[in-house]
Amino acid sequence: MDANIRVTPPELSLVQKIKKSLVHNMVTVFFIILCVIGFYYSGLTFGFLINSIISRLVRNSFLVLALLLPVMAGMGLNFAIVLGAMCAQAAIIFVTHWGVVGMPGIGLTVILTTPLAMGLGYLTGKLFNKTKGQEMIGGLILGFFSNGIYQLIFLILIGSVIPFNNETLVLSSGVGLRTTIDLAGGMRYAIDDVWKLPFTMAGMAFGVATILHAVYRYIKGIPTLAQKPRQKKYLLSGATGVAFIAWLLYIRSGSSYINMITVPMLTVILIALMCIFTTYFARTKLGQDFRTVGQDRHIAGVSGIHSDNTRLTAMILSTVFASWGHLIFLQNLGTFSTYGSHEQIGFYSVAALLIGGASVTNAKISHALLGTFLFHTLFIVSPLAGRNLFGDAQLGEYFRVFVAYGVIGVSLVMHAWRKQIEGRRRLSQQ
Amino acid sequence: MNKIKEFVDRFGLPRIIIVAFLLLLCVAAIMLEIPITDLISDALVRTGMNGILVLSMVPGILAGIGLNFGIPIGIVCGLLGGLLAIQFNLTGFTAFFTAVAISIPLALVAGYFYGLLLNRVKGSEMTIATYVGFSIVSLMSIGWLVLPFTSEDMRWPIGTGLRTTITLQGRYERLLNDWGSFNIMNVTVPTGLLLFMLFFCFLVWAYLRTRTGVAMIAAGDNPKFATASGINVNRMRVTGTMLSTALSAVGIVVYSQSFGFIQLYQAPMFMSFAAVAAVLIGGASIKKANITNVIIGTLLFQSLLVVSLPVANKILADVSSLAEIARIVISNGIILYALTQIGGGE
Repeated sequence: MDANIRVTPPELSLVQKIKKSLVHNMVTVFFIILCVIGFYYSGLTFGFLINSIISRLVRNSFLVLALLLPVMAGMGLNFAIVLGAMCAQAAIIFVTHWGVVGMPGIGLTVILTTPLAMGLGYLTGKLFNKTKGQEMIGGLILGFFSNGIYQLIFLILIGSVIPFNNETLVLSSGVGLRTTIDLAGGMRYAIDDVWKLPFTMAGMAFGVATILHAVYRYIKGIPTLAQKPRQKKYLLSGATGVAFIAWLLYIRSGSSYINMITVPMLTVILIALMCIFTTYFARTKLGQDFRTVGQDRHIAGVSGIHSDNTRLTAMILSTVFASWGHLIFLQNLGTFSTYGSHEQIGFYSVAALLIGGASVTNAKISHALLGTFLFHTLFIVSPLAGRNLFGDAQLGEYFRVFVAYGVIGVSLVMHAWRKQIEGRRRLSQQ
Repeated sequence: MNKIKEFVDRFGLPRIIIVAFLLLLCVAAIMLEIPITDLISDALVRTGMNGILVLSMVPGILAGIGLNFGIPIGIVCGLLGGLLAIQFNLTGFTAFFTAVAISIPLALVAGYFYGLLLNRVKGSEMTIATYVGFSIVSLMSIGWLVLPFTSEDMRWPIGTGLRTTITLQGRYERLLNDWGSFNIMNVTVPTGLLLFMLFFCFLVWAYLRTRTGVAMIAAGDNPKFATASGINVNRMRVTGTMLSTALSAVGIVVYSQSFGFIQLYQAPMFMSFAAVAAVLIGGASIKKANITNVIIGTLLFQSLLVVSLPVANKILADVSSLAEIARIVISNGIILYALTQIGGGE
C-alpha cells in the first residue's frame, strides 16, 4: 500500500465500541465475571463482602500504587518491592522491641525505614541498570536473595551477634526471632484508629468528591495535558457519583449491616495523597523524564536525559513507597509472620495491578485500585465458592493461586508477543 | 597479578567465593570430626539424584531460550508418569522404566507447545518461563485433587485427592541407588544412579554433535547468522525446549526414586531454581553451557548443601536453618550474578 495515502478509521458504532473495549479489557472483564460467579456461590452476604473488601482495599492499595512509577520508567513490574517491605518489617521489629507504641511508633518506624529503603532502592536500581531488559526476573530473584539475607539477620545474627534482649520477641534459645510478631498493644491500628467514619458517611464524601472532580474537569479539561473540556467521560463519572450517593442514602434509611461498617479515614487519605502525588508527578519534569526513558532509552539519552539515573530514582521512590505501604499493611493486620509476610507482597501486588487492566508498559491509578478490589474479592470468595461448588475449600484456594500466577504469566506473554509483532512490523516498513 | 585478575574474570568472583566457602566447610567438617565418608556418600547420591534435572538446563541454554525456569512443566509430566506406574500397580524396574517411558512422550508434547509459546516472547523468556512454571504447578495442584487415580497407596484415606507425599517403598524406591552399589573405604557409591546420569549426559553430549545438535547450538549462539545459513531458528528453539522438558521429566522420576517419595502439590514450585543455580555454579552462563558444567556444578552445589547442614548444626546447636539460608543466598546470588553478565541489553 502506498504510504502516502492516509486512511481515516471509520466511525465505530456503539456496539463496535463496546466490543472493542471489552476485548481491550479482557482480563478485567474476565475477573469481574469470575468475582460475580464466585460471590454468588460463596453464599456470603453483601454487607460482609463489602466489609472485608474495604478492610483489604485499605490494607493493600498503597503497596499496589508503589508499583506505578517503575512501570512509567519502563522497568516493568517491580517484583523488588519485597525489599521495601523488608525494610518496613525490620524497622517495625526494632520499634516494637524499644516499646514505642501508637502514632509515635509509626513516626519512628517511618524515620527508620525511609533511609534504609532509599539505600536498598539505590542498590536495586544499580542492579537493574546492569540487567536491562531482564528487570522482572532480576527483581524476582533479588527478592528471594534478600529474603535469605533477611533470615540470616533475624534468625541467626539477632541475639548472637546483635544484642537483642526481649523475651516476647526472641526464641527461647535467645537466638533468632519468633515466627510471628504480635503488634497488639503496640502499633496495631495506630493509623487506622486515628479517625474512623461510618462507611455510608465516607462513601457519600467520596461521592461528593467524585461529582466535584467531574464537574471541574468537565468545565476546565486538563490544560497541562491539552485535554479539551466537555469530555463525555466526566459526565459518566459524575452520574456514577450521584448514583452512589443515592444508593447510600437508601442504605441509611434501612437497618442494613452495611450501616455498621466503618472506614479508617486517615489511611484512606494517605492512599488518596499517594494517588494525587502519582498523578501530578507524571506532569513534572522528572515525571516526563520517566516517561521518555520508559519509551526509548536511546532517544532519552539523545535528548540529554541521563536514563540510568532516572531509573535509579524510580527504583528509590518505588522502594520507599513500598516500605510505607507495607507499614500500613502491617499495622492493619496487627500480627505478622516474621519470615513470611513480605515474601508474597511482590507477587500479590503485581497480580492485583495486572488484574486491574495494567500491562508491563502502561499502569494507571485506576488499574491499581480496581485490580486490588477485584483480586481481593476473589481472595474472599474463592475458598467458600470452592467448598460450596466442589465440596473442597482447598480447591478454591489452589484455583485462586493458579489464577494469580496465570494472570501474571498471561499478561507477560501478551505484552512480549505484541512487542514482537510490532517489532516485525516496524522492520518490514523500513 | 594480571594472570590472577584474568583468572578471576574468567571464572567469576561468585564462583571463587562458593568454591572457597565449600573448602572452608570441608575443613570445618574435618575439624569438627564429622564422619567425612558419610558426607561423600551423601554428596554422590544427591549429585546423581539432581544430575538429570540440572542437565535439562543445557539444551535450553544452547537453543537460546536462556535459563529454563519452566522445567516444572516437565516435572509435572514426570510426576504423572511416576503416579501412573503406581496406578498400574507395577513394582521394581518395570515400574521405574514405565514411569520414564510414560513421562517422556508427555513431556515432549508439553515441551512442543511450550516452545511455540517461547518463540512468541523472545527476549522475555526467563520471566515468562518462571510464571508459566508457577502456573502449571498450581494448575496441577488442582489436578492432583481431581484426577481419577484410584490406587489406595496414593489417595488420602479420607477426603479427596492424592496425598502430598507418596511413598515409593516396595515400588521403585532407591532402585538405581542400590543397583551395583559398593563400598570403598566406607564410602557407598550409588553405581546405578551415577551410571544412569552419566548415560543421559552422554546422550545429550552425543546429540549435540549430530547435525541437528550443531544447528541448535548455532541457532542459540547467533540467530541471525543461523538464519542466514539456512537454519530454521524457531524450530531449533522448539527442539531445545522439548529436549529440556523431556530431560526434566526423566530427572524428577530419578529424583523421586532416590528420595523414596513422590512429592506433589507445591513441591515442584522452586525446583527449577536449584537446577539453574547448579548449572551456573558449574561455570555455565545464560548463553553457554556444556556437560562438564552440569557435572561439576551439581557436584559442587550438592556437596555444599550436604556439608553445610551438619557443620552449621555443630557450630550453632539450636539453629538448623543456617544451611537453608546458605542455600537461598548462594543459589539466588549466583543467578543474579549470571543475569548481570548479559550486558545491559543495549
